[in-house]
Amino acid sequence: MSGDIILFGLAGVIASGAPIVIAVIGETLTERAGVINLSLNGVILLSAMIGFWVAVETDSLFFGFLAGMVVGALVSTIVAFSSITLKQSQVAVGFILAITCRDLAYFLGNPIMGSQGPIMLSTSIPLLKDIPILGRLLFQQSLMTYLSIIMIGIAWFWIFKTRPGLMLQGIGEKPAAAYVRGANVQKMRYFYTIVGGALVGLAGPLYTLSVKPGWKGTITGLDGIGWIVLAITIFGGWNPIRAAFGAYLFAFLQWLGLVLQPYMTSIPSQVLQVAPFPLMILALLFVNMGNTEWMERLIASLPDTVRLGASKILRSMQSRQPGSLGTPFERQ
Amino acid sequence: MNQTRTRSISLLFQLGGLALAVLFVTIILLLVDAQPMEAFRLIWEGATGNPTRIASVFVVWVPLLLVTCGLLATFTAGLWNIGIEGQITVGAIFTTGVMRLFLDTSISPVLVIIISMLAGMLGGALWAALAGILKTFGGVNEIFGGLGLNFIATALNIGLIFGAWSRPGIASMSGTEPFPEHFWLPTFQNFRLSLWSIGFAVLGLIIIYFLLQGTHFGLRLKAVGKGMKSAFRMGIPTWQHMMLSFVICGLFAGLTGAIQVTGVYHRLIPSISSGYGFMGLMIAMLINYQAIWLAPIALFFAALNIGGIQLPIVIKLDSALTGVLQGSLVLFILIMQGIKQRFVGKK
Amino acid sequence: MNVEFKNINKHFGPVHANVDINLNIQSGSIQGILGENGAGKSTLMKILSGFIQPDSGGIYLDGKAVLIDSPADAIKYGIGMLHQDPLDFPPMRLIENFIVGQRGGLVPSYKETIKEFKELQSRFGFSLNPEAYVDTLTVGERQQLEILRLLWMGASALILDEPTTGISAQQKEKLFAALKILAEQGKTIIFVSHKLEDVEILCSKVAILRKGYLVGEVPSPYDTDQLVEMMFGKVISLGDRNTVAQNDVVFELRDLFVEHYPLKIENVNFQLRSGEVIGLAGMEGSGQDVLLRACVGLLRPVSGKVIVKGKDLTNKNYLEFMQNEVSFLPASRLEEGLVPGLSLAEHFTIAGEEKKGLFIDKEYFREKAENMIDEYHIIGRSDSTVESLSGGNQQRAALALLKKSLSIILLEHPTRGLDIESAIYMWGKLKERCLQGCSIFFISGDLEEILQYSDRILVFFSGHVSPPLDAATTSLEQLGQLIGGKGWDQVFEIKENYESNANT
Repeated sequence: MSGDIILFGLAGVIASGAPIVIAVIGETLTERAGVINLSLNGVILLSAMIGFWVAVETDSLFFGFLAGMVVGALVSTIVAFSSITLKQSQVAVGFILAITCRDLAYFLGNPIMGSQGPIMLSTSIPLLKDIPILGRLLFQQSLMTYLSIIMIGIAWFWIFKTRPGLMLQGIGEKPAAAYVRGANVQKMRYFYTIVGGALVGLAGPLYTLSVKPGWKGTITGLDGIGWIVLAITIFGGWNPIRAAFGAYLFAFLQWLGLVLQPYMTSIPSQVLQVAPFPLMILALLFVNMGNTEWMERLIASLPDTVRLGASKILRSMQSRQPGSLGTPFERQ
Repeated sequence: MNQTRTRSISLLFQLGGLALAVLFVTIILLLVDAQPMEAFRLIWEGATGNPTRIASVFVVWVPLLLVTCGLLATFTAGLWNIGIEGQITVGAIFTTGVMRLFLDTSISPVLVIIISMLAGMLGGALWAALAGILKTFGGVNEIFGGLGLNFIATALNIGLIFGAWSRPGIASMSGTEPFPEHFWLPTFQNFRLSLWSIGFAVLGLIIIYFLLQGTHFGLRLKAVGKGMKSAFRMGIPTWQHMMLSFVICGLFAGLTGAIQVTGVYHRLIPSISSGYGFMGLMIAMLINYQAIWLAPIALFFAALNIGGIQLPIVIKLDSALTGVLQGSLVLFILIMQGIKQRFVGKK
Repeated sequence: MNVEFKNINKHFGPVHANVDINLNIQSGSIQGILGENGAGKSTLMKILSGFIQPDSGGIYLDGKAVLIDSPADAIKYGIGMLHQDPLDFPPMRLIENFIVGQRGGLVPSYKETIKEFKELQSRFGFSLNPEAYVDTLTVGERQQLEILRLLWMGASALILDEPTTGISAQQKEKLFAALKILAEQGKTIIFVSHKLEDVEILCSKVAILRKGYLVGEVPSPYDTDQLVEMMFGKVISLGDRNTVAQNDVVFELRDLFVEHYPLKIENVNFQLRSGEVIGLAGMEGSGQDVLLRACVGLLRPVSGKVIVKGKDLTNKNYLEFMQNEVSFLPASRLEEGLVPGLSLAEHFTIAGEEKKGLFIDKEYFREKAENMIDEYHIIGRSDSTVESLSGGNQQRAALALLKKSLSIILLEHPTRGLDIESAIYMWGKLKERCLQGCSIFFISGDLEEILQYSDRILVFFSGHVSPPLDAATTSLEQLGQLIGGKGWDQVFEIKENYESNANT
């Protein structure tokens, strides 16, 4: 009996992790190009609301998702314009948009609060769905969940295996070197900021049309997801596979919180639900510690034999951020 | 001559930003078939219509002013203290915790209030110091460290409200058991506004103004924020100064949390920070990190917040509209500033 | 490919970086471009490689006028540039670096590319591992990678900017051999350097630039003295030199070993006496800036000791050096020296040692700033922000900000970008301090300045440090040769004598 329940739960983790996976991939692409888009939290809420609204009005899931992507693309265009063209602080603009889009979502979404809207149902894949365990886990999901899983592979393949992906890495790492290799750095940064934003905008309607159906204003429970996505992007070391792992881990821990609740009555469920965050911080700490001066000094003071080992361990844990993340590129 | 000209160009662009923000909100209102003028009038009425409303505006003004004061210290040192929300929350938790310890003792309530507010400041400072330690010793950017600490603070808060400090039998989102009235910050008759909290806010503003404008410490902080390498070369211990700016900001945030507990809600509630921390970041950006404009702009933001309450009651519009107005104001002014730099005053 | 510059002019603000340059480079030749820092070499090369556009004049490839608008354009025309600071992607694998920027299908075939890469590198006797990560390579290997990449992209003219800095002797040999092969194949090689020796070995012809002008072209074989004279101009008779050095040692380096990518500076032993002025001569990037920073705790030495007035300050940070009356004025004034956005009065407030109460006595510091502005002839007001001042005035301000009581001042390019009057003034002020027993350590690219003001000179070349030379008995030509890497045998002989003397 419990085996079935666990399987059911884990399939739920894959489904509820889907929007996070898609958003994390979007932000990873943006940051790989050297731009931090901090507006995620607002974008997810706004696209969730507008996507739901459009889906209700048109009675079409497709237009709902499309609307969400358009919202994401538009907001990230503002980020791109003010940071790449106007050279204003990416952090400031992103933060303002994170707050403003959230409020805009609550304001505009007021009339449709509690409306009935279309819900994306799961589509089993013939044959594959009958595979024991895996079938239940992976092949009785909604189309968007399949898409999220496929996207992990595509994004990974794009960044690490294709020609434009290599150039993308280059642009984020050392824009001057990408420039001498013929890249139009500013244009590519616009492109990846907008594409990444559109993906983040896809995550919103995925919640309101599938994972947490309906728009319920402030109690929709999406406020905060965007900030988590940002943390997972770093945790994921700007690699879609590691990032997806982070996203599923987060969804899993949240599910675990729900499951364990009856057994751990002394710990309120809300605590279990946010428990992933301290873990995330700890992870960030390990990921970053090797870059600090005192650590370098400490390692330098170790005897040679220990030193090599220690620096090797630190190096393997480190996730190096794209070299030019957050800094504008000047042609000269 | 030249200076007045650049100044008036600056002003022109700022007014342009303001106009765009109003235009944007007007369009949003038209989009939902509302009467823009009616909405703006309601917000104004809602903030100034009667003494209770005016008092409420000041109830919001106090925390906004205090957190922004703290944020000016971190911004001066070139730091984005996004963990401010968590610092307010932990301040509130510490205040509540200490107050609970003394509830059934014979110690004078006045003393208890003072001790628990000091505890709140300590809590905020500790939480801010944690973000600082993560940055200086852990290499974790203060934005991400701060965000994570915000979540942890929220978890802690909710955990306490539903767990250890829950109301007997009825743990709920409404918060912990309210404190007896003699543990409240004394307020004006019939209003929720406390003269004490107004006093703290004014005092805080004066302190931060003089600290940043008039002291050697403030100047060194400014040097660290404007050019860390140069500041170090001029003999300023840079990481210690960044750490101190975090602690100062935490003290202010903690005091804010303490006032929300002792003066406004009289208990710990789940959303005790009310988003004032993030709003403070917006105000700080809008006043271009200069304390001189803080009081009026914070009052303006507070008035919008309170005025917005009337929107859902009278014309069925969500009060989040005021947040949109605030946000778009900061955004458009920032964008106009960028346009000015790029296309006008550029060498 | 035949590369021709016709009447190239380029201004940067008031600086005329290239003045009417005409130069014709035959295909199949290795052309040297020689000149000291700021002579206009890199400007000219940046124009050819599409980084910047000339104000007037044009570039002709095989007789055809071309407009090179961007580095991408340059590649299209077959011009590839090897930058001094390698423009590659350290965290990526070598083969990925090789592929980035290459046109082709969506998914590059690694297997095929690796095969081609190996074939290409075997022609030059390189042995790079295509799977290795670039940040594990040496500078020389990164250079080899870049050369291969540019060739693979179809470069038929190759610009190399200071390619021999930081690479080993064997790697240099390999590089030169490869360049000769390429020239034989009819490629055009442009070799930009300030190293006389390298240019003399390799280049069939050399063009010399000085202060934006093309001074002349010389075919091989070369007369070294002639090259030095063309690079540095006519020797001007030196004015009076005055030494106020005393005998007590205030600063000492013992077996200092500093490493700063790509340089290694080993085994530096040196004593600085009070009132003494030491000049650090060398081409930019030869290691003098690295050593200077290691002397004040801004760079951590690998081993050895730094001793200030008998106190071991090794591994201490700069603030402790400051407390021991050591001060450092860096070359990048607005990045490391002064704080942009702060006014002069605010700088004097931070730097001041008096009136350190809680509150700032603004009136006092405003007056102090105004007095200093008068005393040091700074053009600016007490409320002017430092970035609004001209370079010379910034330097005067930096000087005025130094504490009254100092034992050692270390300066990077103290007079760079200053007019002659400011420079003379600057040194007047510094010499005043020497009279009071302060010692000075300074880097300069201006050899005359070094000879004029130093008591002793340390010469740097590719991370090697000469023993101290007596400035009074050193000539400009000799110094010019030494910083170009020539005549070191003689110096090392001196060093041996010096050490044996010290031992006895």
